[in-house]
Amino acid sequence: MKKTVLIGALTAGGLAAGMASAASLSDVQSRGTLNCGVSTGLVGFSAPDANGNWQGFDVALCRAVAAAVLGDPNAVEFVPTTGKTRFTSLASGEIDLLARNTTWTFSRDTDLGFEFTGINYYDGQGFMVPTNLGVTSALDLDGATVCVQTGTTTELNLADFFRANNISYEPVPVETNAEGQQQYLAGACDAYTTDASGLAATRAAFENPGDHVILPEIISKEPLGPLVTEGDSDASQWGDIVRWTLNALIAAEELGINSTNVADMASSAGDNPEVNRLLGTEGNLGEMIGLSNDWAVQAISAGGNYGELFERNIGENTPIGLARGLNALWTDGGLLYTPPFR
Amino acid sequence: MSDTHAQTVAYVRESFLEQAPPPERETGPIRWLRVNLFSNWFYAILTLLSIYVVYTLLSDFLPWLFNGVWNASDIRECREILQGATGGCFAVLAERWNQLLFGFSFPSDQYWRIVVAFLLFCIAAAPVLFAAVPRVLFVVTGLFPFVAYYLIWGGTILTPLAVLVGVVAGYFAYRRLVDQSFAMGLLGGVVAGLIVWWLAAFVPQDQPSFLALRPIPSRDLGGFALNLMLGVICVSLSLPFGILLALGRQSRLPIIKWICVVFIEFVRGVPLITLLFVANVVLAYFLPPGSNFDLILRVIIMITMFASAYIAEVIRGGLAALPRGQYEAADSLGLDYTQAMRLIILPQALKISIPGIVNVAVGLFKDTTLVSIISMFDLVGMIRGPILASTEWNGVYWELYGFAALLFFIVCYAISQYSQWLERQLNTEHR
Repeated sequence: MKKTVLIGALTAGGLAAGMASAASLSDVQSRGTLNCGVSTGLVGFSAPDANGNWQGFDVALCRAVAAAVLGDPNAVEFVPTTGKTRFTSLASGEIDLLARNTTWTFSRDTDLGFEFTGINYYDGQGFMVPTNLGVTSALDLDGATVCVQTGTTTELNLADFFRANNISYEPVPVETNAEGQQQYLAGACDAYTTDASGLAATRAAFENPGDHVILPEIISKEPLGPLVTEGDSDASQWGDIVRWTLNALIAAEELGINSTNVADMASSAGDNPEVNRLLGTEGNLGEMIGLSNDWAVQAISAGGNYGELFERNIGENTPIGLARGLNALWTDGGLLYTPPFR
Repeated sequence: MSDTHAQTVAYVRESFLEQAPPPERETGPIRWLRVNLFSNWFYAILTLLSIYVVYTLLSDFLPWLFNGVWNASDIRECREILQGATGGCFAVLAERWNQLLFGFSFPSDQYWRIVVAFLLFCIAAAPVLFAAVPRVLFVVTGLFPFVAYYLIWGGTILTPLAVLVGVVAGYFAYRRLVDQSFAMGLLGGVVAGLIVWWLAAFVPQDQPSFLALRPIPSRDLGGFALNLMLGVICVSLSLPFGILLALGRQSRLPIIKWICVVFIEFVRGVPLITLLFVANVVLAYFLPPGSNFDLILRVIIMITMFASAYIAEVIRGGLAALPRGQYEAADSLGLDYTQAMRLIILPQALKISIPGIVNVAVGLFKDTTLVSIISMFDLVGMIRGPILASTEWNGVYWELYGFAALLFFIVCYAISQYSQWLERQLNTEHR
C-alpha cells in the first residue's frame, strides 16, 4: 500500500498525499452505514436475490458487523468487487471491510498491507468424480484423467498431491470453471478438481447431482476470511471490531446462543460467566472496542450464530449442500476455535 | 419475300400457333430450384448438405425454444417440469427480467422513470435521424439531456434547470458576439454560461426538495438500461470531440496538431479495458481523499475519450478523401476557416464518413459490456454476477446469454439498417 501510494503520489504531482485512508470506527459511525466489499456474485457466499437484497455467507458477516457497530443489520452499503478490483477498493478507503472469499496468504497480509481479521471459511482443493466410477478416495485415482484449471495454484497442488502419494494421473487442462464443468460432464476426464466449495456449487448446478460425489480428501489450504486495511491505532481498533464480531458468532455457537434465544439470554445475567461477558450482562467488553455492551447481542440477532449462518446459506439443507467438515467447532472435530471472551 | 418462298415451299402455315406456357420444368418454383439450388451435381450436393445442417440445428433449437419452461421458481423445478425433455429454462427471464433490464438495485417503483426517459429519447432522436420529421421536435432534442438527467438521477429539478439556463445564456452571448468573430462569440458564450452556473450553484442547495424526484445514486443503475445510457451518451459526446480532434490533427498550428496527434495515437494504442481500469482503480489514487467522483462519470469520460479518438480517425479519412479542389474552392469564395469547414468541407467529409462512424458506434455500444469487469452491473454483469451466482439459477447459461444477444442484436441491427438507409438518402452522386 505505502509503495503504491508513493508511486501514485509521485505521478499525480503530490495530489494524492494522505490517500492511505484506513477505515475507522468513527468514520463508519458518522456515516451511519458500513461499506462492505463483497464479490459480484458467488453461489452461496454473496449474491443479490430477485428483490435485489444481498444474501449469502459473506454477506451475513457484513450484516453482523453492521449490527454490532451501528445496531442495524441493514445499515450496509454493499460494494461489489471483482477479483481484480477488490484490493484497490479496500486500499483506497472505498470500503471499510472486504468479505469476499479472499484467501489469507503471507504476501497479502504483509506486502499488500492488509490485516486479515480471522477465517470464516476453511476451504481447500478437492476432487469430484462420477458415482459410477466407484471411487471413494482420491488415493484410488491412480492413472485417472483429471480436469484442472491451468495457471492456478490448483494445478500445482494437484501435481504435489499425486507425486507425494506416488500415483500417476493425466491432467486435462481447462481454462475456466465453466469449461471445466462441461469437459467433466462430457466425460473428457474422470475427475474434476478445484476448491471444495466451488465443487459443491458446481455439483449443485448439475442436472443429476446424485450421480457425482465429492471425495473426502482436501489437498490444499485455502483459509478465507474478512480483511481490513492496516493503519494507525484507529484502524487497528476497527480490525479488532471485525475480528471479534466474527469470534462472537463462533463463540455463540459454542455457547449455545442462537438467534431465537439471544434476546432471552441477554435480558439478565445467567449462570455461565463467559456467556454473560459476551452478551454484556457482565463486564464491559463492548466498551473496550468502543462499542456499546450489547454489541454481540446485536451481531448474533442479525442472522444467528456461525452455525445458523452456515446452515442457511451453504449448509447441507441448501442446494449447495456443504458439510461442516473443517468448519465445525473444535469441539466437533473442526477448526473453529475462538479465543476466550475475557 | 413471302411470295417467292410460297412457290418453293410445299407447306406454309397461315395461322400462328396458340401461345403455350413454358414447359413445367422451366417455370415457377421448379425452375427457381433448378437454377439456384440444383444447377449441377456439385451444387446439388452442397444444397442437400446445407439443408441437413439447418435441419439438425433447428431440430435441436426449436423444441428448446417452444418447449421452454416459463413458470418455475428455480432451475431444479425447471428440470422437474421438463422431465428430461429438451426445453429451455426461460423462467429465469420471467423472474429476473426487471434485473436484466434495470439492474438489481434500482428501486422497482421508479422503473417508469427509465421507461419515460427512453421514450423521450426516441422522440428526441427522431428529428436528428429523419429529415421528414417536423423540425419543431428539435426543441425536444435540445431539452432531452436535462430532462433525462432529471428522470434518471432524480434530485431537485433546479439542478438541470440551472444548467439549462446557463447553456441558454451562453448561446445568446454567442449570438451577440459571433458577428465580430467566431472565437469572440465562443469565448463570450463560455464566459456567460460559467457566470450563470456560478450564480445558480447556490440555488439547488437551498431548495433540495423543490419538485424533487427520489435521487438515485449511480451505483444503483444497471442492466440493459446502463448499456443503452452509456452507448447513447458516449456516442453523442464523442462525435463533436471526434470532429474537433480530426480538424485539430489537420491544423496548421503545430501545438494543436501535436496535442491532437498524441491524444489520438495514445488512446488508440491502449485497449478500452485498460482505460476502464484506470477510471475505476487508478483515479482513486490520484484524486484527493474524500473527493467523490462518480464512477459512472469516470467511465463515461473514458469511453468518450476512446470513441472520439476512433471517430477522429474515421473523419480524418473523410477529410482526406475530399478533392483538394473543394478546399481551394472554399478559399476562393473568400470564406474564413470556420465558414469553409461548416459550409463546404465537413458536410461532404461527414457524409463519406457515415459508414465508419456507424461502425464505431455499433462497436462502442457492444463494448459497453466491458464495464462488467470493473464491477458495474450492466446486462452482462448482471448475468455473470448476481443471476448466475444465485442458488436458484446457477447453471442456466444459454437462456440468459441468448437473451442478452437478442437485445444487442436488435439495437445493432437497427443502427446498421438506419445507416444504410441514410447513405442511400444522402447519395447525391449519379453513379
